[in-house]
Amino acid sequence: MLKPAFAHQPPFLMSSKHSTSRRRFLKVTAAAGAYLAIGISPAGRLVAATPGKQPGRLPGAEGETELNSYILITPDNKITLFNPRPEMGQGTWQSMPALIAEELEVRLRDVDIRMTAGAKRHGRQSVGGSGSVRQSWIPLRQVGAAAREMLIQTAAKRWNVPASECSAAYGKVLHPATGKSLPYGALVAEAAQLPVPENPRLKDPKDFKILGKPIARPDVPSKVNGSAIFGIDVQVPGILYASVQHCPVIHGKIVRFNAEAVSAMPGVKHVFKTERKMPHKTVDAVAVVATSYWAAHKGRLALDIEWDNGGFDAIATATYFETARKKAADEPGNAYPDEVGKVRTAFASAAKVVEAVYETPFASHAAMEPVTATAWVQGDQVEIWAPVQSSTGVIEEVAQYLGIPQENVKINVLFMGGSFGRKGYYDFVLEAVHISKQIQAPVKLIWTREDDFNNGPYRPGMINALRGALDARGNLIAWEHKVAGEAIGAQVFGQDISAQADRGSGEAIGQQTSPYAIPNRRQAHVHVPTDIPIVWWRSVYSSTNAFGQECFIDEMAHAAGKDPLDFRLELLQAEPRWTALLNRLAEKSGYRAIRAAGHAIGIAIAHSFGSTAAYAITVSPKGNGVAIDRVICVIDCGMTVNPDTVRAQTEGNAIMALSAAAFPAMTFAGGEAQESNYSQYRLPALRDIPPIEVYIMENGEDPGGVGEPGLPPFTPALFNAVFLATGKRIRRLPVDLENLD
Amino acid sequence: MAKYTLTVNGSQHEVVADPDTPLLWVIRDQIGLTGTKYGCGIAICGACTVHINDQPVRSCTTPVSTVKSSQKITTIEGLSPDLSHPVQKAWIEERVPQCGYCQSGQIMSAVALLRNNPNPTDADIDDFMSANLCRCGTYPRIRKAIHRVAVLAQEGIDD
Repeated sequence: MLKPAFAHQPPFLMSSKHSTSRRRFLKVTAAAGAYLAIGISPAGRLVAATPGKQPGRLPGAEGETELNSYILITPDNKITLFNPRPEMGQGTWQSMPALIAEELEVRLRDVDIRMTAGAKRHGRQSVGGSGSVRQSWIPLRQVGAAAREMLIQTAAKRWNVPASECSAAYGKVLHPATGKSLPYGALVAEAAQLPVPENPRLKDPKDFKILGKPIARPDVPSKVNGSAIFGIDVQVPGILYASVQHCPVIHGKIVRFNAEAVSAMPGVKHVFKTERKMPHKTVDAVAVVATSYWAAHKGRLALDIEWDNGGFDAIATATYFETARKKAADEPGNAYPDEVGKVRTAFASAAKVVEAVYETPFASHAAMEPVTATAWVQGDQVEIWAPVQSSTGVIEEVAQYLGIPQENVKINVLFMGGSFGRKGYYDFVLEAVHISKQIQAPVKLIWTREDDFNNGPYRPGMINALRGALDARGNLIAWEHKVAGEAIGAQVFGQDISAQADRGSGEAIGQQTSPYAIPNRRQAHVHVPTDIPIVWWRSVYSSTNAFGQECFIDEMAHAAGKDPLDFRLELLQAEPRWTALLNRLAEKSGYRAIRAAGHAIGIAIAHSFGSTAAYAITVSPKGNGVAIDRVICVIDCGMTVNPDTVRAQTEGNAIMALSAAAFPAMTFAGGEAQESNYSQYRLPALRDIPPIEVYIMENGEDPGGVGEPGLPPFTPALFNAVFLATGKRIRRLPVDLENLD
Repeated sequence: MAKYTLTVNGSQHEVVADPDTPLLWVIRDQIGLTGTKYGCGIAICGACTVHINDQPVRSCTTPVSTVKSSQKITTIEGLSPDLSHPVQKAWIEERVPQCGYCQSGQIMSAVALLRNNPNPTDADIDDFMSANLCRCGTYPRIRKAIHRVAVLAQEGIDD
């Protein structure tokens, strides 16, 4: 492997030649001291981890068992916990170690945290789908609990007392009857020889010292003094910098370019054709590699490239939406499997039928850290330093791209300066690899802000076409919801969705995730292909579907002459968690009193990524539109690791939803992105932010997601309020809230 | 290429750079202080904010040739050696950062605001801080943290 010269992540444990039964803990006698390795098998069982052989890798399994290992304790009682989930602002740098620390009985402030590096024995090391806490809640706690039991057993044996008389706290085993205590470091070598308990006892949540408490995040100090190392900050000796020119018309091909002239510029070392590989297309680009970023950038600006637009200059978002509207009107679409009742018959017998079409735009993630990756290819080996949502995902893609074994790919995952889905799409990593491969030198690729806006990928623009039917008494008896647009399943994953509804596109709609008791109900997907690159964007299709879903429920309530909250409560009688949440929202927002006073308050509720969130938003007339007065969110995400992180994520979700609803969208004309920087794709700024209050339902339910569920219901709540304030039903986003014509 | 002497966080640095090289890239890649961030390159997002003689400046559009060796450049790393600057303390207490990428610029702007206006109103904060973008949506906490600095300073608790 390449020698990493990069010191942000402390060097991982050295390898060892030990090879022992996989049913035993192992002690690695190395500079780092004793190593207590506990892992989780792919089947979810606790197993002992044995040291790996690969230099620079975490110790782990040998032989047939793939293991994970997360805890390191040295004889002088230094404790290191390994975090398998990359940090992008959502809090995994705390939440993952917290799960282990809670059961291990150590304080977070007393441990070092290190990022794992994609070794197979750690399983899938990804963030996305608001899944980190949900998926790790039991397994990582078991890892901590198993270690605690091993350490207690060792101390008990040494003191010749029953283990049941001993306890653990703050990194020590205690024997209260005699007042004896021993730090973990004094026990770890011996504990490592014991078999791993298969079913360690997990703590009762009422005894939690860390989980559920608003403990300060360990990454925060490094983010207020400039010491946190993000992907763009990586330093490698001998590093070169690359700036890349893609075709302004997305997917255009290079005919010729002035390599020689640019090569002669100061600092420029190489000018050559490279490529950007996306899942659905590989496109040309020109790379300028120089000794400094500025030299690379200036060289890139001096490029004179003749492009063949290849007909892609016909791409336009206006055409896409026109096609999507037409297809949604003309085609039945592929139905989702949760169809209930007899939809056609019900519509035929209805007293009143209401129809509406909702449109949500393409959106950029626009993370503040631009797209960047550093790669160093040497022969059939490659080392990568990058801000990415998955170390394992990058290893797989790079290995496949280069046609080398996965073991030859070494990844160092850095803090992401925001991602929102973007840094889980590895075109930029492959581009950096492609560039480094040509010159066999370490290269840091930095996309400009314009590169990010112009090239995507983006949240796909979507059409939601809805139909609802009321009987003579104003009961909602039938519902049809068609989602029309490009599918991530098709464009990113290459699935054939010609005969079946794209699963992802059906998020947050249908009986399972929107459990309104509607006797006749159909949801369908209409595929609208486009070459505009798309990908998941914070809360994905829930972010667009909930707008149609929850505004249209509101439309049906008004059509039935019922209060929108009462209408929802009536349809959710069989869903106690939903009604409890709505009632809490009504209480916290003063909904009834505000309605009685005739003021505009809009509500919406949506379930996504394992949690349910609801908003109440009040607005007042302003200009030719409204101003937002107050935003109240209540979220039911079950038990939490850190309620303050839940609040922070939900505040951020409200603001990101506001951005997509009431600030500029991404548009294409003539094959070119029309928004290139924050001057055009304006983001909400501090002056645009209304007061936001977040409340968390307290219950003992299993944890749900947190990073995304707070986003989808914001937008429909806002526009349901706008309707009450202005009588205008906004169905096409984005809008200027103060000028709604 | 030309030689420049820069005074950054109290230390002098000799650098060789093209005259039009933005101060941002000199600070990051030559001096090695990576706390100052690239966000937009057109002085609109504020991630690259540093102080020159205590005034906030967008380093992404400040050519290195325009900075004199006598001018005092302060970056996020120069605020305090130990997180003790009142704005850093308030940022920690209010748990402002999420991804953290924009926060160097936010903090440098907040320090500049508070230097001239130790007890800003919400409107003052909105006006001054709206030139710093944050995609995570930490704005409500930025506002709270700035108020906290003001309150602590008035109570004399600050050190």
